Amino acid sequence: MFDNALFIGFPYVAVAIAIVVSIYRFWFDPYSYSSQSSQFLESRVLFFGSVPWHYGIIIILLGHITALLFPGLWGLFTANQTRLYILEIVGLSLALMATVGLVLLLYRRMANARAHAVTSEMDWILLFVLLLQVGLGFWVAYYYRWGSDWYLHTAVPWLLSLLKFQPNIASVSALPFWVKFHFVGGFVIILLLPFTRLVHLLAYPFSYLWREHQIVIWNRSRMN
Amino acid sequence: MDIRAHVSMVFHLDKCIGCHTCSIACKNIWTDRKGTEYMWWNNVETKPGTGYPTLWEDQEKYKGGWEKKNGRIELKLHSRRGGLGNIFHNPYLPTIDDYYEPWTYDYENLFNAPEGDDQPTARAVSMITGKPMESIEAGPNWDDDLGGSPLYARNDVNLDELTEEEREQLNEVERVVFFYLPRICNHCLNPGCVAACPAGAIYKRGEDGIVLLSQEKCRAWRMCISGCPYKKTYFNWASGKSEKCILCYPRLESGQPPACFHSCVGRIRYLGVLLYDADQIESGASVANEDLVAAQRAMIMDPFDPEVIAAAKKNKISDAMITAAQNSPVYKFVKKWQIALPLHPDFRTLPMLFYVPPMLPVLAKTKDGTYDVEGLDKENLPAMLSSLEKARMPIKYMASMFSAGNTNVVEDVYRKLIAVRIFKRAQKVKDYQQAEVDAALASGKTNAEEVEAIFRLTSLPTYEERFVVPPLGRESAVEAWEIPLARKQEAGFGVRNKIAKRKF
Ligand code: HEM
Ligand code: SF4
Ligand code: SF4
Repeated sequence: MFDNALFIGFPYVAVAIAIVVSIYRFWFDPYSYSSQSSQFLESRVLFFGSVPWHYGIIIILLGHITALLFPGLWGLFTANQTRLYILEIVGLSLALMATVGLVLLLYRRMANARAHAVTSEMDWILLFVLLLQVGLGFWVAYYYRWGSDWYLHTAVPWLLSLLKFQPNIASVSALPFWVKFHFVGGFVIILLLPFTRLVHLLAYPFSYLWREHQIVIWNRSRMN
Repeated sequence: MDIRAHVSMVFHLDKCIGCHTCSIACKNIWTDRKGTEYMWWNNVETKPGTGYPTLWEDQEKYKGGWEKKNGRIELKLHSRRGGLGNIFHNPYLPTIDDYYEPWTYDYENLFNAPEGDDQPTARAVSMITGKPMESIEAGPNWDDDLGGSPLYARNDVNLDELTEEEREQLNEVERVVFFYLPRICNHCLNPGCVAACPAGAIYKRGEDGIVLLSQEKCRAWRMCISGCPYKKTYFNWASGKSEKCILCYPRLESGQPPACFHSCVGRIRYLGVLLYDADQIESGASVANEDLVAAQRAMIMDPFDPEVIAAAKKNKISDAMITAAQNSPVYKFVKKWQIALPLHPDFRTLPMLFYVPPMLPVLAKTKDGTYDVEGLDKENLPAMLSSLEKARMPIKYMASMFSAGNTNVVEDVYRKLIAVRIFKRAQKVKDYQQAEVDAALASGKTNAEEVEAIFRLTSLPTYEERFVVPPLGRESAVEAWEIPLARKQEAGFGVRNKIAKRKF
């Protein structure tokens, strides 16, 4: 019962809230969609925090998503031992990179008076939750080795069942406590997304790659 | 030919007295909010000097503006992909310390301090952290009037091209020389800020060329601050949004000049419309350094030319706007008389604020403690005329600022300005021979009529002559480009979703 609430009820609620609030916020408060950079006040530590954090976390998240969307291909890839070793090592290093970056980001906001002055309560909550989740992920990956393989047989069937609206938690209910904790943590972060600065990843400026360099806006139409 | 109208500006540097009234007028209206305390959309710096933010002209440090690569221009800051790669940390972003940490004083302590042996003091308190500041290391106009010049004036990047001797000359006590450089956003034709913004939040208004930064679209990727070579977009550290000079468009739209123009004590500022050919923007920004000024002049069109007027009308530029362009003092200074130059055309953003370079610091070196006005130079010109060759402020320095290093352009400007001086002096003081006056006019490539016109607009202009504000007033001027009847029933109470209009 409790598992049902955690692995079926909560994910649906979290995702639903995330989608509705993100859209609402985009529509009625576009001003608040921002990465709220604090580099202007403190640049040095930010470099050593933000760069490893972002490159680490983004690649890892892409890994999670790729395995979920293309489990067959992923399975073929991990079927070879050398490739599995490489994947695990790369994954662990990225996780380490992200964790170190995040610790630095947290440290920076505590130790630097200027960065501290522009840190909101939600920022603290977000940074701590992220640290917990990333730390946990790192721990799980290290302690329950070959996660890049068993993820396919535990999390993926469950997540796919959620996506298909035919929830089935058989593949996750028997997992160790820490692994379950990490799974639920993912949805906590999805839930937090629209309420924190995390919305900045929804505003990723892809269009910069192809838009005209110069932008001219006419208040009146130039049409006849 | 794609003719557009642009509200443009001229600052006459000989007239600036460095009073900072302009900066204060702007600050009181636009930047007295939290997060903007350090911002001076209008600032006045002393040259030579490192300016605000420190060393803003050094694009090896800040990577602002454009550079020529393989015949094309590219942002110095980043390629498109490079920009997205650096988005997690912009390596060239200035930080608050490149400007200064804003502070106030703990005045309350003067009243509330417990009785003691010493007078209570009001300590400096950071306006960012609220904590006391041990020492104040920089502030607005920290190097005003050459204060701390060994540190500041000596590091001016425009001195790079000068010889050791020329540099020393600037620093000799008896010859010390400086002038003021008031700066606002140049509302460029090829703005680096717009091009650098990943979110596309910055744009140029088609009708008048004002460059604005949408607060709704800014996502704090903070690339514009680096992209602008003049450092005229600023990061609001409290709101997490960039902000910039808006050329007081709400004032312009109600027929008034911007506050810094209106309040200028030296009356150095001119505002008016230029018609320009938007088809030439990219090519004009891509020419060789020494041709940049000429290329920018070439894209400014004659508002009296029937062909230009026809092309302007085709682009729906109103008659009133064209009339404003014909009366524009900016057109006269920049194109007709060619004595106003863009600041750092080498940044290739095509700035639309032009400067008449200052003459006073250039003229007259001293010799044995008095002004050295003796002798004729190689061209047998009168003493005052020859002073250009003996300039105290090296022409190379001015060329580095106003003509991308092309000394001919700056010299042409000075010859004309000197001709105006000699001509008027001959009139009033009568201590020049006619032959000398004629020589001056010839060397300035000008004539009596033009000189009189320059003199008038420089020394005796009325408010209306200095500021020819185009008809941007939303309520009245809208008639110039829209039939008001077509807009009836569109606004009013309770109309959130458009309701179909009555057909009768
Ligand atoms: C999608 C691409 C992403 C982009 C372009 C991006 C960009 C940025 C930028 C520009 C900042 C501000 C840095 C500064 O202070 O100057 C930032 C901060 C931050 N980002 Fe991202 N980000 C992305 C993805 C993510 C992801 C996936 C996460 C976490 C799941 C994340 C978490 C954070 C956090 C926690 C901060 C605050 C760091 C701090 O200042 O303490 N970002 N991001
Ligand atoms: S001067 Fe103004 S328009 Fe030009 S690049 Fe800078 S902010 Fe943009
Ligand atoms: S108000 Fe005018 S004279 Fe005074 S500093 Fe500003 S530009 Fe110069």
